[in-house]
Amino acid sequence: MVEKLFARPDSLVDVATHYCPGCQHGIIHRLVAEVIDELEIQKTAIGVVPVGCSVLAYNYFNVDTQQAAHGRAPAVATGIKRVHPDKVVFTYQGDGDAAAIGTAEMVHAAARGERITAIFVNNAIYGMTGGQLAPTTLVDQVTATSPYGRQSSSAGWPIRLSEMLATLDGAKFIARVCVNDPANMAKAKTAIKTAFQVQIRGEGFAMVEVLATCPTNWGKSPIEAKKWLKENMIPQFPLNVYKNIQG
Amino acid sequence: MAEKILMKGNEAIGEAAVVAGCKYYFGYPITPQSELIEYMAKRLPEVGGTFLQAESEIAAINMVYGAAGAGGRVMTSSSSPGMSLKQEGISYIAAAELPCVIVNIMRGGPGLGGIQPGQADYFQATKGGGHGDYHVIVVAPNSVQEMAELTIHAFNLADQYLNPVMILGDGALGQMMEPASFHDMPVIAVEKPWATTGMGERSEPNIINTLQLKPEMLEQANNRLQKKYALLQEKETRWEEIHTEDAELILVAYGIASRIAFTAVEMARSEGLKVGLFRPITLWPFPKAALANAVRKAIAVLTVELSAGQMVEDVSLAIQCAKPVHFYGRTGGMIMSPKEIYEQIIKIFETKGGK
Repeated sequence: MVEKLFARPDSLVDVATHYCPGCQHGIIHRLVAEVIDELEIQKTAIGVVPVGCSVLAYNYFNVDTQQAAHGRAPAVATGIKRVHPDKVVFTYQGDGDAAAIGTAEMVHAAARGERITAIFVNNAIYGMTGGQLAPTTLVDQVTATSPYGRQSSSAGWPIRLSEMLATLDGAKFIARVCVNDPANMAKAKTAIKTAFQVQIRGEGFAMVEVLATCPTNWGKSPIEAKKWLKENMIPQFPLNVYKNIQG
Repeated sequence: MAEKILMKGNEAIGEAAVVAGCKYYFGYPITPQSELIEYMAKRLPEVGGTFLQAESEIAAINMVYGAAGAGGRVMTSSSSPGMSLKQEGISYIAAAELPCVIVNIMRGGPGLGGIQPGQADYFQATKGGGHGDYHVIVVAPNSVQEMAELTIHAFNLADQYLNPVMILGDGALGQMMEPASFHDMPVIAVEKPWATTGMGERSEPNIINTLQLKPEMLEQANNRLQKKYALLQEKETRWEEIHTEDAELILVAYGIASRIAFTAVEMARSEGLKVGLFRPITLWPFPKAALANAVRKAIAVLTVELSAGQMVEDVSLAIQCAKPVHFYGRTGGMIMSPKEIYEQIIKIFETKGGK
């Protein structure tokens, strides 16, 4: 007898993704799909995908999906959830989407205690448009639109979205994780699972911020990128469970 | 509800939406349409529906996108400055071919403008408004009763054609009170197998999407939209004609301006002047052929609007500039009197149609 111990999750379509080498969207997709499988919600899940690198996620998640305008995923998810309060609705968004053009939608979905789960991938840069400054770009970080490094005097400081949202009563679970090594991947998966469970129990808004690499736009090899994330991003964006209110 | 109820135009739209089976409303308050959002806040919970006051017009229209894509019968409403904010979402809704009803109770603009009635959003409503080649179906009531009837018609059209439908009213219609009845209005139910409801028994996911990175595919999607728009132009134009058969001068007006124009037509008729009124009820698709037919025997046309003359272009195109097209309008929230229009009519007759 041969037992299959490791396989592609049913909630992930069997296709190659378009992501760059060393990009961690693939890992994060897989963790989300594994959680959907384990919670047995593939048939009831409805995803909302953003504008940005992960805009094509509707080709990868094997669940009903809506593609939203830039930043509007939490509003679109709100509309879906109000029509189907018994279904599991999640957004998958990048930092430009969730922390710049769609900050209002994210903050107010959290403030309303909207029963949705947001997966927020923070790689400190705009990926799809070619490596411009993001609201999460670190001070002194060089990007296409901060060629001399981000100057706090003119471009301000990076936004810590998790800490911001954790202050809102409607947010019931807020965590920041990263996927730079197997131990952190396991923690990330636990956080993502909790964020879905909070919704399934009808408790309120849940968000998991996942720190991730962008080797292409950071101008680094995948291994250098992982090192840069650990040494630079994590001090700016500490890994933590910022809120966990159950019941 | 067989009896007639005295109510505001804004409220009539709200009640008609409930009659049409609208279960979801997302909006943001703005004068002069606030009675509608307030009506939905009170009424929808009574029928097991969901009302949500969004944080902005942008959020509201995107909630509509989500709810429509999820198969809900959904509505939003706003007034002119708020409609500008909704345009991003309307382009996406049109591209995704989702059914919804959008109400614009227009006020004077541009900018923050004022809170008195206007009709200066005609271009924005009928020519797209957002980016890309798309159209919303635009219906323009001119009474409280018609606000009710066209609301139900709007929900039916939206579901039948998978297209956003706009009810284009104005502050006067929204605020004025007239009797309205809500019976004998057919509500058409349409299955929505394409909606994102969770896969359930389906083996393939449903995907609502407006991205087409391949130009060939995007052109195909555009061609499909244009085919639908051609069908709408063929089948779904509506208009009203009063005293046009023998008219030498045809007034063209919609919404509240058509009520004032009608009074001016009656004044002219009582003086023996052969004047008629053509009222487009659908502004897009514009009833081009009907207007061209109506003006065949006329010597001139007078377009009357609460704007600087936006519908004039569609009127001129419809009649292929075969007759002189005059214009009279007021802006900024000012409403013309029937006498002002009558004076324009006299002037045109004095110059034998004018140029």
